[in-house]
Amino acid sequence: MTKERLVVVGNGMAGCRAVSDLLKRDPDRYDITIFGAEPRVNYDRIMLSPVLAGEKTFDQIVINDEAWYRDNGITLHAGRKVEAIDAEAKILRAEGGLEVGYDKLILATGSDPVRLPLPGADLKGVVTFRDLDDVEAMMAAAAKPGARAVVIGGGLLGIEAAYGLARRGMAATVVHLMDVLMERQLDASAGFLLTQAMSERGVETVLGAQSEEILGENGQVTGLKLKDGRILPCDILVMAVGIRPNTALAKAAGLEVNRGVVVGDDLRTSDPSIYAVGECVEHRGQCYGLVAPIWEMCRTAAASLAGGEAAYEGSVLSTRLKVSGVDVFSAGKFAGGDGCEDIVFRDAGRGVYKRIVLEDGKVAGAVLFGDAADGGWYFDLMRQGAEVGDIRETLVFGQAMTEGLRGLDPSAAVAAMADDAEVCGCNGVCKGTITQAITDQGLNTLDLVKAHTKASASCGSCTPLVEKILKATLGDAFQVQTGPKPVCGCTSKGHDEVRKRIVAEGLKSMPAVMQALEWATPDGCPSCRPALNYYLLCAWPGEYRDDGQSRYINERVHANIQKDGTYSVVPRMWGGMTSASELRAIADVVEKFDIPSVKVTGGQRIDLLGVKKDDLPAVWADLNRAGMVSGHAYAKGLRTVKTCVGSDWCRFGTQDSTGLGIKLEKFMWGSWTPAKLKLAVSGCPRNCAEATCKDIGVICVDSGYEIHIGGAAGLHIQGTQLLTKVASEQEALWAICAITQMYREQGWYLERLYKWMARVGLETIKAEIEDPERRRALYDRFAFSQRFSRIDPWAERVAGRDSAEFNPLSRRMEFVPA
Amino acid sequence: MNALVKDPTVWIDVGAVTDVPRRGARRVPTPAGDIAIFRTGDGQVYALKDKCPHKGGPLSQGIVHGRSVACPLHNWSIDLATGEPVGADAGKGCTPVIPLRVEDGRLLLAQV
Repeated sequence: MTKERLVVVGNGMAGCRAVSDLLKRDPDRYDITIFGAEPRVNYDRIMLSPVLAGEKTFDQIVINDEAWYRDNGITLHAGRKVEAIDAEAKILRAEGGLEVGYDKLILATGSDPVRLPLPGADLKGVVTFRDLDDVEAMMAAAAKPGARAVVIGGGLLGIEAAYGLARRGMAATVVHLMDVLMERQLDASAGFLLTQAMSERGVETVLGAQSEEILGENGQVTGLKLKDGRILPCDILVMAVGIRPNTALAKAAGLEVNRGVVVGDDLRTSDPSIYAVGECVEHRGQCYGLVAPIWEMCRTAAASLAGGEAAYEGSVLSTRLKVSGVDVFSAGKFAGGDGCEDIVFRDAGRGVYKRIVLEDGKVAGAVLFGDAADGGWYFDLMRQGAEVGDIRETLVFGQAMTEGLRGLDPSAAVAAMADDAEVCGCNGVCKGTITQAITDQGLNTLDLVKAHTKASASCGSCTPLVEKILKATLGDAFQVQTGPKPVCGCTSKGHDEVRKRIVAEGLKSMPAVMQALEWATPDGCPSCRPALNYYLLCAWPGEYRDDGQSRYINERVHANIQKDGTYSVVPRMWGGMTSASELRAIADVVEKFDIPSVKVTGGQRIDLLGVKKDDLPAVWADLNRAGMVSGHAYAKGLRTVKTCVGSDWCRFGTQDSTGLGIKLEKFMWGSWTPAKLKLAVSGCPRNCAEATCKDIGVICVDSGYEIHIGGAAGLHIQGTQLLTKVASEQEALWAICAITQMYREQGWYLERLYKWMARVGLETIKAEIEDPERRRALYDRFAFSQRFSRIDPWAERVAGRDSAEFNPLSRRMEFVPA
Repeated sequence: MNALVKDPTVWIDVGAVTDVPRRGARRVPTPAGDIAIFRTGDGQVYALKDKCPHKGGPLSQGIVHGRSVACPLHNWSIDLATGEPVGADAGKGCTPVIPLRVEDGRLLLAQV
């Protein structure tokens, strides 16, 4: 009996895997011929990254060497291109006029890397990352000392390419269109950690960057120009922006093709004699670029070719990044979604972030960074659809911990733990050490256990377990602890600790803080985000970029939202002074924009109420033209400096209170503070500016200036207390700025100055302000911060900043009939 | 889901997913009032009527956290997927969910 003829187009991973799966099932059924476009034997394309990084050689990644083809009687046409398939006659035509007939055909044509059609894309030195030729080109470029590489694309492949190039000694930069690396696999927290880890490995990252043009000289690439004008010089440019299924041959043969070659569950194309597997395939509307689904397809195709019944029902995907020392795993709905809940675990000491997503009591996805050892386990639980309700508490700690304790109630589980079971991974403390310390030394609080054993002293993630051990060992003698009030439900840390560590550990972004302080949520909440945003802004002036999405609406749009969703606008009137031209401009704006209410405020300025959000930039533009800037009437920051007319007009005035008020306001405007900050300057003790119920008040007297702090006249009514007295205006300004800075650095977010004063004590503040050196240092820090703050937010927005904020996304539905 | 229409057949392209800032929202005006489109930190998008069930506050102006938005007027937290208040105000009314589809990175809103 003559054998059936099987021809495989594609000598890549899928084609060869399908053949070897088939040979395992039915070695003698077919005469097999394989066509490959690359002039090589079959190799593991996934392992090109380690080859590039110099961690493996090409020989180590060959899957099937020449002997395999020979031993299995396979005819290999390597480097010979297939030109056409005549599906009706069942004949395949290849380069050089070769014709081969078939009974069954497997298309495994794979995919082509996408090349961005940028100007300069055809320059020498612009490569993709797909085959060994690309890798060789990259290695050649890296051989030049001091060479630089730019990789476009911050997906899996782009990162591996950049890492490999950096390992070869190049300065590598990844340019990514999105604001998170590997955003298809990682959430923002894990993406942040990856950016950090790459930077430690010599790969810089430029996020949110659009490429505009590839620059070159004499036909050789020299750099990449971004839309924002930045130029990144490079000697090689790698495009790793995705793949496109290679379908040309299938299409020409008349097979059904969408994005990929369409196959059914048996992996047959629209022609039942032709199968397709691998990256060229589209199955149930899905194309795959990872290896696991390709293996599953090959298994099914082989079973069908061997005459059996098999069905491929699509794959659930998981991803691992192959960068040495960077353990990353992602699967399923790693970002949550409808009806999902998150379990988040962070270990700052070890740089670990884990997020397990549950849906209906089952694992729906996971993203692991820094410790991905349990990735496979979560993936199995996810694919099995296993109920995990009973292991929820320990799930995030991984398989070993969970299986050990499964089915036991928590206290029994703790009792059942072996004495040599490790409780605190950071400090290597076992259960026995803890129980012994508790009994021998009579410890009865968590802090004491921490102090004596170091258990839970580092990352704190084992705190609940240590508490349970305490409880189990002591019974009723255990005392529950009361520490400082946490910032919010996302953390156990108090404001002071958060602020201290931001400065001490040089934490300069919100993800950095959340990771270092082990936030229990992926991206915080409306309580902690504005607080962290302020703390970062205060700690790193000029460096930290304000995060609008972490600001309450009023501070985001620089106006006050009203009950009907309109806004109120309050222009600054320095020291409460105004002029005919300012008033005229205000009157014109009111008429032009049909603003319904105009009100004089208690802070000596004018409030325009009922402005539509879309009108805000235009209203500000008109006010700006008359020389007015934002009054920050919406800010947790400096609001007004109220004054009386002082020695200018008043027969009792002792000093120029208006002049001092204006000086203070002009120096201090735009500064952000923990809560709103109101000042006033009265020209004499009659106190017409009501300075003694302000956060900071100045009472002018004949011999100088009394500075009072800690007043309140809102929810609470409280007079100020005298802080100090100075002789000159200059000293008054120094002292007031120094107090403000001290409050900025120590206050908890939303804590008014009077509450901060009550917490730290007037004497502490006094000591600081009366010491000339410390006062000077505080003043200097305030003055430095003000260099970045005295910028009118209205003018910035008139000029186009955050324009999306003030425009609807689309007007296409405005006139759609209901 | 508390959808306004049972079988939306007309989908209107109102922009790209990336036009909506992460942890933010954009408005789409319609004759029946604004629709708010939200994008979470993880890049998921949701659409709700831009009106808090409490006092009608514009939810699009709130702080997006996890899969909720905090209303800018009185800080009610509204679940973006269900339109229902969560936490302390759970069970007190509901904001209509607007059917939203994403295709090739474009946002398609059901005509309501």
